Amino acid sequence: MAKKQIMPLWFYRLASPKYCYQITATLLPYFAAITLALLSIGIVWALLFAPQDYQQGNSFRIIYIHVPSALLAQSIYLTMALSGAIGIIWKMKIADMVAYACAPIGASMAFVALITGAIWGKPTWGSWWVWDARLTSMLILLFLYFGVMALYSAMGNSASAARAAAILSLVGLVNIPIIKYSVDWWNTLHQPATFTLTEKPAMPVEMWLPLLVMVLGFYFFFATAMLLRLRNEILLREKRTSWVKQLVSEL
Amino acid sequence: MQFDSWLAFFNMGGHGLYVWLSFGIALLVLMLNIVSPLFQFKSTVQSLAKKYQRESNRQ
Repeated sequence: MAKKQIMPLWFYRLASPKYCYQITATLLPYFAAITLALLSIGIVWALLFAPQDYQQGNSFRIIYIHVPSALLAQSIYLTMALSGAIGIIWKMKIADMVAYACAPIGASMAFVALITGAIWGKPTWGSWWVWDARLTSMLILLFLYFGVMALYSAMGNSASAARAAAILSLVGLVNIPIIKYSVDWWNTLHQPATFTLTEKPAMPVEMWLPLLVMVLGFYFFFATAMLLRLRNEILLREKRTSWVKQLVSEL
Repeated sequence: MQFDSWLAFFNMGGHGLYVWLSFGIALLVLMLNIVSPLFQFKSTVQSLAKKYQRESNRQ
């Protein structure tokens, strides 16, 4: 008798690296095109057409990369920790590979959020860096990414490396709500959240619409960059299989 | 359009350095995240092709 199927069929098909490789090949051109379109529109809109802030002037335009990169750094961390958990629970190789692919992209986004924050802080607060709760918790996020990457580089692509990295990222998850609520819990320098799901934005439409375009563009950028890394990782780990040999001979 | 001239656009009301530095760094990091796995893909495929070639020669 066949075993009862608990999860939907597509979930089981993800266990096949070959199937996943085919998905990356199908999705990549679309994601790359959408990323390019959204980011081009967003950047031109942000730099040329969005109105300047009545207090901050044009330095306010830094928000159009600061907020998307900060959002992405946290979303990528969630993706990394959740796929790490899936890898541990279901022993799914592709989930480990997704977690592995996420780490450097997430680290680079945390870096961009911190550096643009510092550049924005100078004309606005008069200082490149303050030990504000939001800034400090974002710095910890960057170090968590570094920790995960260091584990991978020390232990290679083994199953135990994936396990150790997944456990570290799951423990580090506690930092995500701290980042989110830091602006409410500690009343220091950083301003409260720009976007919330429940309230209307405090900015006029001409200001937040380009921001929305940039945020979407950054998410599609992440999908593109992650699939590119995932594709390499699948090839490397499956190099002994006949389908990879076939594929390499065709390229 | 928020600016009267190209000069005003580059100057950003005196905040040009901050704005352009931020956007420049961000774009550079985004590009690196796309370009580096593309190069890696190329070198992976090349090294695998060599490896398979060696293995088939040995047999």
